[in-house]
This record gives sequence, C-alpha cells and structure tokens, in this order.
Amino acid sequence: MTTFEKIQEIIVDQLDKEESEVQRSTNFREELEADSLDLFQIINDIEDEFDIKIESEEGLSTVEDLVKYVETQTEA
Amino acid sequence: MDTKTIIVTGSSRGIGKAIAEKFLREGHTVVINGRSELSEEAKTHYSSYKGTAHFIAGDVSDPTFAKALIKETKKQFKKIDVLVNNAGITRDNLIIRMSDEEFDATLNINLKGTFYTSREVAKVMLKQRAGHIINLSSVVGTVGNPGQANYAASKAGVIGLTKSLAKELAPRGVLSNAIAPGFIESDMTGELSEEVKEKALEAVPLSRLGKAEEVAELVGFLSDQHYITGQVFHVDGGMVMNG
Repeated sequence: MTTFEKIQEIIVDQLDKEESEVQRSTNFREELEADSLDLFQIINDIEDEFDIKIESEEGLSTVEDLVKYVETQTEA
Repeated sequence: MDTKTIIVTGSSRGIGKAIAEKFLREGHTVVINGRSELSEEAKTHYSSYKGTAHFIAGDVSDPTFAKALIKETKKQFKKIDVLVNNAGITRDNLIIRMSDEEFDATLNINLKGTFYTSREVAKVMLKQRAGHIINLSSVVGTVGNPGQANYAASKAGVIGLTKSLAKELAPRGVLSNAIAPGFIESDMTGELSEEVKEKALEAVPLSRLGKAEEVAELVGFLSDQHYITGQVFHVDGGMVMNG
C-alpha cells in the first residue's frame, strides 16, 4: 500500500466517504465537509499508522498535503 | 441485554469497588484497575459475578499507563462504552504546612490521571460515535474544605474538565458527566476519627453517611441515558446546600 492509499483509507473510514471522493487534490474541509474533530481524528490515525508526530494541522488542507507531510517525516 | 464494556479506575476498594460490582452483577464486562496488583482472593471475588472481570493494574497518573489501559481494553473487548474516572487520593494538610509533594501527588492522580485516561478514551469513543465518561469529583470541589486545598483544587478541576469534554465530544454523541459525592462510607472516611465524623455529619442535612452503592446507582443511570451531558451530580445528602 502506498502512503496515499493508506491515508485515503483512513479518510474514507473516518468521514464515511467513497474512495472515489478522496483524491490527492481533495480539500477535506471544503469538499469533504470535515470539521475540526474529524481533522484531528484523521491526524491522530495517521500518527498511529505511520508512527510520526504531526505538530500542527496548519498548512494541511488537501490529501496531497498530508501525503507529502508523511513522506518527509518517514524519510527522515 | 447489551453487554457493556466499562473501565473503572481505582476500583480495588471504596466507591470504585461498588461501581465495578454493580456492573458485574448486571452481567457487564468491567476492567478493574488499581495501582497495585490485586490479591488472588480479590480477583476471585470479582470473578464470582455474572459479568466478566478483567484486571489491569497501574497508576493512571502515568500517561504511558493510561494509554496502555485504554489500548488493552479496546484490544480485548473491541469497544469501550463507559470510562469511570474514580481513582483518587487525599493528602490533607493545612495550606501553610502543605508540601509541594502533597499538592502534586493529589493533582497528579485526581486531575491529571482523569485527563490522561479521558484523552485516550476520547479517541476510541469519537470513532464509536458513542460513549460515556463519568468523572468522580467531590462536594469539596464545589464548596472547599479546610485542610484539603489540594484535594478541592483537583476535584474542582475535574468539573471544568468534565464540562469541556462534554462540549467537545457532544457532536459525536459522547457524553461526559461528573458525580460529586459527599461523605461516603469508605476507607477514605474510615480513617477519620469519630469526632471528625460527628462534626462532618452536622453539615449533612440527611444526617448520615452515604453508601458507595448510592454513588454506583447514579453511575449506572448515567451510563444508560443519552440526553444528559456536562452536568455535576451531588450525591451528598444535601451537603452542598450548606456549603
């Protein structure tokens, strides 16, 4: 599973959406109507899945932002 | 009947024990927690009820343990319906004699312990879109008490924590309430001298000590309802009115 696929799965699960609705360019607040609790739960699941720490949700608005963030953290 | 999974911290004795026994009697699954490992005799006692008793010993003021407590419960029983934050200690002293250690130890278990377990269980309950967090405060947290600045501060803190949790978690159907017992027959009040007890009873309109079971009844009620959140319930024979 790629990083994107894992993140996609987490978001689909959390927001109860279809996979097709969660693409790299998808903005989760605007397009998926995620509220702050949703976002923190997604961040929390990503932290557990990848064993990383996401200090702030600032600058994270699309699925691609999350993928990139995780990739830089896991490469380090 | 729907079998619930319930964690009761500090349930090796006193009010926590009564709460655990109530749920076990009704056939629910209860995670019994105390700071030290229970004796085989005590384990046999808890295991004699209709419900399943599971034992996880450790100190909730240690965030690593609090996390493990929630994680193991979720892993074993797949869900957590109710968390009862009951673990608590007293380290009484008049303020001018109260040491940093006495203040910190009380805050660490009573308030920070409640925070640590609540934080971890909230992650599980938000996902479930259901759950109850029931925190044990105290009448002293509302009215204060000489010699208990640390205990009163910790129990007042629990009320603020409970109400904030209630607001934060309400959008996902997770409920949080506090119970503020008054003078309850327990090891904690058993340590008091007759003279102190008599004097304390003067402040109780119903003129008797409460029973741990009377607190447990309310915990049972709160964990069965779905429209009360962010409230503080005084189980104190009317004591808070004299505060």
